[in-house]
Parts: sequence; C-alpha cells; structure tokens
Amino acid sequence: MSTNPFPLDKADLMKAYRTMRTIREFEERLHVEFAKGDIPGFVHLYAGEEACATGIMMHLTDVDRIASTHRGHGHCIAKGVDVHEMMAEIYGKATGACRGKGGSMHIADLAKGMMGANGILGAGAPLVCGAGLAAKFRGDGGVGITFIGDGASNQGMVLESMNLAAVWNLPVIFVVENNGYAESTSVDYATAVDSYVDRASGFGLPGVTVDGTDFFAVYEAAGEMIRRAREGGGPALLECKMVRFFGHFEGDAQTYKAKGENDYNREHRDCLKIFAARVRETGVVTAEEFAAVDQEVGALIEDAVASAKAAPLPSARDLTSDVYVAY
Amino acid sequence: MARKISMKQAINEALDLEMRRDPAVIVMGEDIVGGAGSPGEEDAWGGVLGVTKGLHAKYPGRLLDTPLSESAYIGAAIGAAACGMRPVAELMFLDFMGVCFDQILNQAAKFKYMFGGKAKTPVVIRAMVGAGFRAAAQHSQMLTPVFTHVPGLKVVCPSNAYDAKGLLIQAIRDDDPVIFCEHKNLYGHEADVPEEAYAIPFGEAAVVREGKDVTIVSYGLTVHRALEAAERLAKERIEAEVIDLRTLSPIDWDTVLESVETTGRLVVVDEANPRCSIATDVAAHVVQEAFGALKAAPQMVTAPHTPVPFSPVLEDLYIPTADAITAAVSKIAPRAMAA
Ligand SMILES: Cc1ncc(C[n+]2csc(CCOP(=O)(O)OP(=O)(O)O)c2C)c(N)n1
Ligand SMILES: [Mg+2]
Repeated sequence: MSTNPFPLDKADLMKAYRTMRTIREFEERLHVEFAKGDIPGFVHLYAGEEACATGIMMHLTDVDRIASTHRGHGHCIAKGVDVHEMMAEIYGKATGACRGKGGSMHIADLAKGMMGANGILGAGAPLVCGAGLAAKFRGDGGVGITFIGDGASNQGMVLESMNLAAVWNLPVIFVVENNGYAESTSVDYATAVDSYVDRASGFGLPGVTVDGTDFFAVYEAAGEMIRRAREGGGPALLECKMVRFFGHFEGDAQTYKAKGENDYNREHRDCLKIFAARVRETGVVTAEEFAAVDQEVGALIEDAVASAKAAPLPSARDLTSDVYVAY
Repeated sequence: MARKISMKQAINEALDLEMRRDPAVIVMGEDIVGGAGSPGEEDAWGGVLGVTKGLHAKYPGRLLDTPLSESAYIGAAIGAAACGMRPVAELMFLDFMGVCFDQILNQAAKFKYMFGGKAKTPVVIRAMVGAGFRAAAQHSQMLTPVFTHVPGLKVVCPSNAYDAKGLLIQAIRDDDPVIFCEHKNLYGHEADVPEEAYAIPFGEAAVVREGKDVTIVSYGLTVHRALEAAERLAKERIEAEVIDLRTLSPIDWDTVLESVETTGRLVVVDEANPRCSIATDVAAHVVQEAFGALKAAPQMVTAPHTPVPFSPVLEDLYIPTADAITAAVSKIAPRAMAA
C-alpha cells in the first residue's frame, strides 16, 4: 500500500479526477458538435480551467451557493448539475436544465446551489452577497461563491460587492478566474494592478493568488477561505491563474493569441494531466483506475449527447410560461 | 457611386468617413480594435462581430479598447462629449444598458435641460439589439421603448444598409445624445449604398411600400417581415402601405398620420415587448389624432410579454412573423377585399 501524501483520501481524489474529466470531455465534445452546426447560439468552453471549479467545489455542499459566468459549464458540473440536463439545455430541448429557455449561457439548478451561468459580466458578485446574507440569516454555515473573469473583475458592481461583503462580514468568496484574456483583450491591457489580491486588500479582504492549473493549490487555498467564511471570518478573494484551451466562444479564430500558445498550454499547463501525473506518481491511484474513469465519463457524455439530440423540443406553450410565479 | 454592401460595412463606412472629416470623432468599446496587450495580431477582432474592423489602422489612437467597465467608459464618452469631443461608444449588446444606465438616463439625457440649455452632449451609443441570434434572454432584447421614453435621448433603429450609413452619419453630427440600435440579424443584409457621405435627417420615416388599404408601421428587422406580409396580402388584393419609422425619437407622426388618413387602417409591428412599446405609442397617437379616419381598431403585432427564449423553436415564435402580420391585417381588412 502506498502512503497518501494528499489532503484528500483516495475516494475524493477519484471524485476530483472524475469531475475534471467530465468537464473536459463535455467541453471537447461540445467543440466538435458545435462545429457540426447543431448547437445554437453562443458557447463558451471551460476546457483548461477545470482545476479551478473542481478544487473549490470539492469543499461545498448544496447549502452553499455559487454564481457563475458565461463560461459556466465547468462550474455547473462541479456543483453537481446533471450532465444530461445540461446537454439537453445546450441543444435547446424541453428536457434541459432550464427547459430550453436559457441555453449554455444561463444553465442553473437552484436546488444544487447553482444560481446560474450569467450573460451579464460581474452580475454574480452582488448576487452571492445576497446568498451569503441569506446563509447568515438561515444560520446553516453556507457560503456564497462567485466566479469572475479577469475582464469582469473590472465591473463596478464587482468592486462594490467586495466592499459590501467586507462591511457586512459576509461568508462570500470572490474567485477571479484569470485566464489572461477578456475576449481578445489581454488582462495586462485592461487591468492596471498586477494582482487582483491588491484590489482585495484595498477593500479590506484577504486574498491569495494560486496557480489555477494546480488542483491542489486551488483546493488548499479555497479550503482555508471557505472554512474561515463558514466560521464567521468574512469574505476573501482567490485569484486563479489559468489558461483557456479554446477560443473566447466557439467560432473564435483566436488571432490575438501567440502562435503555438494553445499547443504549449495543452502540453505544459493542462490541469488534468498535471493532476493525474502527480497522483499516479505516488501510486495512490493507478493508471488503470484513471483509465476506467475516462471510459465511464466517455460513455456518460456520449449518452448525454445522444439523448439531448433525441429529446423533445419545447412546445409553443412554453414561450409564455414561467414569466411569473403568479400573474 | 452606389454599390451593394452589407449593413455591417455601411456602419463601418459611416464611422470611417466621419472620423476622416472630424478629428473630434473618437470610438470606444470592448474589443473594438481587439487584441489589446495580447501576444497575437493587433486589430484582431474589430468588434465582437467585426463592425469596426480596419479603422484602427486608418486612425491610430482614435479607437480605444476599454476594460470591461460599461459604467466607466459609457460615462467617459458622455463626459468627453460634454467637453467638446464627438465620441461613438459601442455598448456591445443594448441589454448591457443595465450596467451603465445612470450615465445615459440621468446624465447624458438631462444635461441640456437641467443646465438651462447651456450644455450639449453629442455622444452616440451604438449597440446591437434584437432577437433571432439564439443568444437568449440577456443578449437579444429590443429595448428601444425604454430609451424612447426618456426625454433628451434620440433613438435610431435602421432596417437596411443605406439607412444605417446615413443615420449613423447624422447621429455623429447631431448635437444630442443618440442611441443607435443595430439589429444583429441585419448586419449581413445588403443594399445599394453610395460611397460618399450623406446624412439622413432624424424624424423622417420612409414609405418603403405604397398601398391604399392598410398602413403597416414598423422599424428594424420587422420592416422586412412587414414587407413579406404585404407581398402575400397583395395576392389577396389587399394593398398595404409599409412605413419604416427609422428613428423612434424623434418620430415622424406626419407620415404615419397621412397614410392612415388614406387607408383608415393601422397595424403596428414592434419586436419589443408589448407593454408601453413603440406599438402602443404609435397606436395611441393615431387613435388620438386620426380617430375619425379609422375604419377599424388599430392592431399591434409584437413580441409576447416574456423574456427572449433560447431554444430556436421558441425564439422563432417570439419575433413577430409575416404570418402574424398578415393575420392582423386580415382581421381589420374589409371582407370585400379578402379573397
Ligand atoms: C456586462 C457585460 N459586458 C460585456 C459582455 C460581453 N462579454 C462577454 S464575455 C466577455 C469577456 C469576458 O472576459 P473574462 O471576464 O476574463 O472571462 P473569460 O471569458 O475569460 O472567462 C465580454 C466582454 C457581457 N456579456 N456583459
Ligand atoms: Mg478571462
């Protein structure tokens, strides 16, 4: 028996791997399906960024709420949203997580504590202040976590929310997903400070920057912040530096990236590869065990796509339902 | 010399010509040059759908990529306008107005009046509007009535490349704040457009089809649906006059009223949600001013009172169709006319 040097037991290591692998497979498959022209609208893929969502969500349960972004598939999967329902939603089907009314950019599952992917950048920050406030009133130790891109971090409402969370000492974590780009614009151009942690300190929030391609770095930093927030220690900011493997949205020619940038990232900064290699090295999980997960996940996504394609479309009635609870 | 170009090219050309003419014209927005600070190509995007592509090379330093901070840069455009510049700010999707509305509603719109006539704010805010792009509830709205409601703002929504060029040139030269609404599903639509600069005055609707039996009033994408309906109605010997409002504030009441005086029947088609819309506005005005001429109750064909759905099957039901317009006309057309 090999000794386990990680802060997670074997079952959790397997769970983390399965989550990251599921996100990766989901996104790689969408990339292929989108190119076929079957998927309507805007699709923003999370491939390359899996360690961030997973490293954080491993600490959460359904009482904890998250607010996601336009690049939300990874957050959804890591928070436990049903993969079949997600896929059906992206195909605009009646069986989708939002009955086909939201699409990729608005997948939500309130019962799972997933307050929605969001097409308005920065909008999740005020919302999780509300989630944190509600958790405080409920007294269940829940936390609110918002994901914010490097670009969205420059929204006024994000900055206002940091102050509000600090003033009200809310159990809220601001996670800055710094993948270097907002659409085609570099973070170096659009953000004047070198580190988002400097911003946090300006609002009286503790902050940490981690390598977002390192699952364990994210896991440990997030764990500490979440524990502190649950105990009434207040808000914090976690900046994860990471890479996106695909374009801003599907169809983006990515002319703003350096030549070979995607290849380099896939070779050297692939969070999934890095995780698997590190865990395998210790012998805690074997290559065969990972391969078995790969196979299961492959089958899961295959089935999700097949059933999404076969699923019924919404009916005309659905156009006008759900606008109000009662009217 | 006129040649066929798309509405996207026409808008690019209007910006180009006005930047050449007037050094006070500057353009700002997210990714309007694209690739700022990035390791790859410069002018990488030229706007999220490429509308401003190529302008950066011609006017270096006058196109400003902005951080993702609408409140700050839309406000800065308004402030610069009040200080002698003629900024054209791109708010990618008009839906994002929620993030920066104070600067538009309480600042730009009110300076002139609130300061006793002493200020002027010649800013243009360009933004995409409209459904049909499968872009769902937060990237598809036709929010024209919201802006039309606000005194001090001018609101423009062209239906074709020719009008887009002339109206944008007018918008840039205009001394008031203008909300310039570009229907994203019309960007590829082509028309004959002269190469030179020309301005289309605000408050002048276009009669895009003449007819004596019914007046169909619309703007933006649904003008094309109205024309489609008119073609079908012609086969039933109903001749519809189709009016493209082009600008919603100011609005050309005269053209609408004159037409209704002749036809006695009105159908207003509006892609916006139905309550307090351009449709209700036009119908109410016609009822008040031309009640005696009306032979039937004005009809309104609008989007339903719902957000814009994602699923294509639902979104296609959301946008007013030629079928719905035809049905509305048939409802008020005299029986003798119907086939
Ligand atoms: C309020 C608002 N402004 C602009 C946009 C358009 N937009 C969508 S994604 C994006 C870039 C986002 O960059 P970032 O926050 O870094 O997230 P990433 O895409 O890198 O995950 C922009 C400008 C939007 N959806 N909402
Ligand atoms: Mg980013």
